Amino acid sequence: MAENTRKLLVCCDTGCLANNARAVADALEAALAAAGLDVAVERGSAELKRTGCIGQCSHGPIVKVHPDDICYYRVKPKHAEKIVASLGGEPYQPLLYRDFDGEPKLREADNPFYAHQKKIALRHVGLIDPLSLDDYLEAGGYEALKKALTMEPQDIINEIKASGLRGRGGAGFLTGNKWQAAASYPAQPKYVVCNGDEGDPGAFMDRSLLEGDPHSVIEGLIIAALAVGAEQGYLYIRDEYELALPVVATALKQAEAAGYLGSSIQGSGRKLHLEIVRGGGAFVCGESSALMASIEGRVGEPRSKYIRSVERGLWDKPTVLNNVETLANVPFILSYGSGEFAKIGTAGSKGTKVFSLVGKVKRSGLVEVPMGITLRSLIFDIGGGIADRRSFKAIQTGGPSGGCLPESLLDLEVDFESLTDHHTMVGSGGMIVMDDRSCMVEVAHYYVDFLCGESCGKCTPCREGLRHMREILENICKGQGKASDLEELEDLAFALQEASLCGLGKTAANPVLSTLRYFPEEYEAHIKERRCPAGVCKPLTLMQIDQEACTSCRACLKACPLGSVKETPAASPDQKATYHIDPALCTACGSCREACRFEAVVAVRREATCA
Amino acid sequence: MAAPENGAAQFNATGEAVAKGTLVLEMPEVPRERIEAIIQCYPPERRYALAVMQDMQHSFDYLPRTALELLAEYMSFPLAQLYSMATSYKALSLKPKGRHIIKVCDGTACHIKASLNIIDELDRLLGIRPGDVTPDGQFSLETVNCLGSCALAPVVLIDGTHYGKVTLEKLSGILESYKPGGECDG
Ligand SMILES: Cc1cc2nc3c(=O)[nH]c(=O)nc-3n(C[C@H](O)[C@H](O)[C@H](O)COP(=O)(O)O)c2cc1C
Ligand code: FES
Repeated sequence: MAENTRKLLVCCDTGCLANNARAVADALEAALAAAGLDVAVERGSAELKRTGCIGQCSHGPIVKVHPDDICYYRVKPKHAEKIVASLGGEPYQPLLYRDFDGEPKLREADNPFYAHQKKIALRHVGLIDPLSLDDYLEAGGYEALKKALTMEPQDIINEIKASGLRGRGGAGFLTGNKWQAAASYPAQPKYVVCNGDEGDPGAFMDRSLLEGDPHSVIEGLIIAALAVGAEQGYLYIRDEYELALPVVATALKQAEAAGYLGSSIQGSGRKLHLEIVRGGGAFVCGESSALMASIEGRVGEPRSKYIRSVERGLWDKPTVLNNVETLANVPFILSYGSGEFAKIGTAGSKGTKVFSLVGKVKRSGLVEVPMGITLRSLIFDIGGGIADRRSFKAIQTGGPSGGCLPESLLDLEVDFESLTDHHTMVGSGGMIVMDDRSCMVEVAHYYVDFLCGESCGKCTPCREGLRHMREILENICKGQGKASDLEELEDLAFALQEASLCGLGKTAANPVLSTLRYFPEEYEAHIKERRCPAGVCKPLTLMQIDQEACTSCRACLKACPLGSVKETPAASPDQKATYHIDPALCTACGSCREACRFEAVVAVRREATCA
Repeated sequence: MAAPENGAAQFNATGEAVAKGTLVLEMPEVPRERIEAIIQCYPPERRYALAVMQDMQHSFDYLPRTALELLAEYMSFPLAQLYSMATSYKALSLKPKGRHIIKVCDGTACHIKASLNIIDELDRLLGIRPGDVTPDGQFSLETVNCLGSCALAPVVLIDGTHYGKVTLEKLSGILESYKPGGECDG
């Protein structure tokens, strides 16, 4: 970077785009152009880059100034001129991050959201322009590939094995062992596949990587191909990822033009052709055999696992399937050595993991942390604790295959084993924080309902078992649960785990088992008292106004879409108007409770259903 | 599953037979040439069937029966298998969609921030459930999983515009701008 070259990085990832980031980037461009005329000399040339996700989406759009390392949050187009005017001088104070101590934080590293993070997979995301190969090369891109070209395939595999890298797509299989197995079969051709299906309904790190640093993933996939001897590969990406698809397509073209792909990679005589396959949006297609069926043009249904895909995968040939994040780690390991990677993490889980820390935390977004970090540190140090002065109830990890962990497990160190030991899993890395207004039975129902819709229906335990579970949970949420339901749920869970064909069914009971285990009192309140303690299950709940706490601010009245909050005007000027909620109109949507800042709206048991 | 009579829409977006008396939209006819133009972009190999159907979905907003028939013929592939793919992948639909497509995120982060209330409120305002189209063809309603903007939950996506931190209070105002003559109804 030339000495006085300044860069403005505007996050233009999905989260920030939803916050109008494109208009911010345009306004900055305009402001720079306007200012460029008179003051260009003093400030040096400021180059505006559009980048991927910087992570703290809750505070977007985010604009970073390099090399000053200043971070502006919640930027609006109207701030563009102020930012441009501040370049090289005093930072523009109103947009700096302020933590709970109220002190403005200048740099990204000062923001506690980032201070506890360690970025390997996301190392370039938010720093480089994903559409620029030059940016990637400047950041050390494709050096790992050049190194790999000088190595024997077995040495590449050994390096990955030594790093201890395990798959980030869910199962946590050792990547080096997977490559070794595929390399050991003589059958040709062989295939490498990148799994960018990302079906977990609460995680978006793969998308962020594909959108923000596509070349890292491609480079990882090329290295995998060199290691196992594949000459053809696929990137399976969801069709809904409207931003990721063109970005990856462009990156593939660039890599091919620059000779990192094609008929002779960097003149080595080694070939690799990569193609994008667009997924159709079915959760089960993320499962390896279903994904391969889908690439072959068949309906995406899994097959039984007695033949492994490393031996007979795509078109019955040896195939390596790796997750996006797994592959993004690969170039780092080759460039910096397996030791650099293996020194981070726990005994069995090396390196870092990207989590999408969302839900009811103060600071949310994508975070990359060392394996072994405690849940407490994730939620409180990075996430800043529970939002809206509420209290922590549970953290859901692992998406639909995972479960909910209670407060007593907050000091659990997160890695593949520890979570599996507690009826959940790392999975793709969703971390959804729930407060006292989340109902655990309803959450279990949510996942079972999701999986019911996504079960491909090929095997009976999954198809029928899930449907039956859903029915039981639905009844409990409606206040029609029976004492025998809990036992029946456990029986069904056991059948699903034992008899399902693929991972979808085998893990589908986790959301139910973990909530049953850690929150039995909530199930009991629903069944025995016909009451939803969190005030979420509508048939069991009514909202009421606590007259003592009410300050007559009318927030609830404005928030109710149904007009069920009724006002009684003040009887005399020195009194306040009073409010009550008409039970006949209230649907217990909770909008009034969310709007109230004085805890004056409380959820009570709806008597009518308690016959 | 009942066979469609004379190719008219008897199926909803998820491929389930639509109950008698449900309003069935006119299926806009798609000229044969446009269908063929898409099919011809791909070699007649089975593995491209999904890509062709996705392109058709993008161009026509649904998969007309004639299109599936032509594709089956081109790929020498049973129509029933295309039908089975078309109904198993969420991105594909056998029914045309509304002028504006409302996608309510029901991913986990949005769900725990009460996305179901948004669906109920849309039902109240528009009279449609997910998978349906309003009788005037102005709106269709769908639920989607995680739009990747969880930090802004609950999120609603209308024709590519994201609305974050949506409250029931804000919802009717947002909808107004997509009604006939509204500022987003271009
Ligand atoms: C129902 C189901 C859905 C899955 N979805 C995904 C997914 O969306 N992305 C992914 O990378 N892996 C997913 N997996 C895991 C894959 O089967 C496979 O283990 C993984 O892609 C292998 O890559 P890795 O070893 O790098 O993790 C899923 C598994 C199951 C059973
Ligand atoms: S859950 Fe709605 S955007 Fe992620």
